[in-house]
This record gives sequence, structure tokens and C-alpha cells, in this order.
Amino acid sequence: MADPMKIRATAKDGVTEVKVLMSHEMETGARKDAAGALVPAWFITEVTAQHNGKTVLQAEFGTSVAKNPYLSFKFKGGTKGDKIAVSWLDNKGDKRTDEGTIA
Amino acid sequence: MDKQKRKTLKTGGGLGILGLFTAVGLIKPEMAMAAWDKKAFDAKTLEEAYAALGAGAPVASKEIAITAPDIAENGAVVPVSVVSRLAKTEKIYILIEKNPSMVAAAFSFVEGTEPEVTTRVKMGQTGNLQALVKADGKYYFVAKEVKVTMGGCGG
Repeated sequence: MADPMKIRATAKDGVTEVKVLMSHEMETGARKDAAGALVPAWFITEVTAQHNGKTVLQAEFGTSVAKNPYLSFKFKGGTKGDKIAVSWLDNKGDKRTDEGTIA
Repeated sequence: MDKQKRKTLKTGGGLGILGLFTAVGLIKPEMAMAAWDKKAFDAKTLEEAYAALGAGAPVASKEIAITAPDIAENGAVVPVSVVSRLAKTEKIYILIEKNPSMVAAAFSFVEGTEPEVTTRVKMGQTGNLQALVKADGKYYFVAKEVKVTMGGCGG
């Protein structure tokens, strides 16, 4: 099971800014281990962010996204205490959903 | 223009289409849960990427701003921000022209979400970062060169 995401969301002047830090190796499939064997690709393919159950952003990642992916975005609306849920799915079918609260 | 592909992209979220793809083995079962655009992410050249995304020949636009360091000491972590001022921005793609997998990320925006995004990418070597934007059905781009001191794609 992957480690939890860090989700920070702040509402200001009617706009909510969301910052997400995911915990994932994001292996490209091109790297070799110490023994010279190719490390298979292992990366997040899809990310969905929801505000109170409504999708506000969808992202698809390739192998070029850096290890422990960072993502920030803004949407109109959102008030203190609202829930922000972020989910990801990786190419091995592993998935994780975490929730943050707008501060 | 690859009309079939465009149609597929548009309907890609539909489970019926995905199920069909899985059944005929076009995408692996583990991919079936997502509408992940394998063809685009497997593209090795800019032309292939544009074709896979149905972007045709995108137009250079000053209405898109891409922010990234001029020099990245560590190619493994290159921060990049893209802001689009184009009306009806639907998608923002980040492309890395010199990487083996050129399409780094695709972001889909809904009404109410600001057309801007910040993330971090890997760059194997010095080259152009490109922000490709789909707005009101048309494609626009802007590119920025990033000099990479130490490559970040392993190997």
C-alpha cells in the first residue's frame, strides 16, 4: 500500500488553491538496478481531484512526471471546511484516495 | 487528420468503448480502469504525439505562459507551471521534446477550474519543454528551453 498523499487546500477571494504531493516511485522503465537489470515501469497514470464530490481536475501522467508527483491547481468556489478528495491509479492497478480539508 | 482517433478521444471516457478495447486486447486489463491515452504517452516524436492527441498542427500562442527554470541542475525534478489565458481551455499537455516518452502529463479542466497547473517533471537532457493547450477545440502551444546539467531519466 502506498503512503498517503499530502493535500493542502486554501480558499482566498473565492478561489481555492489545492496542492497535492503524492508518494510514488514513478519508475520510467528505462532505469537499471545495481545488477544491471531493467527496472520495470511503475507510475501513476491517472489522478482525479474532487471538491465535495464534484470532479474539479483530472490528470493523466506518463513516465516523465517526477518521482513523488507534485500537483497544484486552482478552482473557483470552495469554502473553509469543504472536503477535497484526490485519487490516483497506477499502471499496476494500485490506487489510493486521500482527503484534505480547505483551510 | 486522424478522425477515428479524435472520436476515440472524445468517447474515451465511455466504459463501452473501453470494454471493447480490452476485449480486443488493444489495452491491457490493468489499463482498462482508466481512460489513459496509451497511444499519446507512447509517442516517441512530437509528430507522433500531435497525431495521437489529434492536435494536427498547433499554433504558437502568446496566451499561454510556461514557467520553468532556465537551467535545471537536477533533471530528475524540474518544476513547471503552465497558465493558459485562452478562452474555453479544455486541456493542458506538458510535452518534453527530448524525452523517450514525450508526453509527460495531460490535464483536463472543467468549468470553474482555472486553466493553470503546476507540477514537476523529469528531463533526460537539455531541450524544449512544451505546453500544448486545447481551447475551444483548437490546439495552441508555447515552448521553453531548459538546460539540464544532470539528466533525470536514469539509465
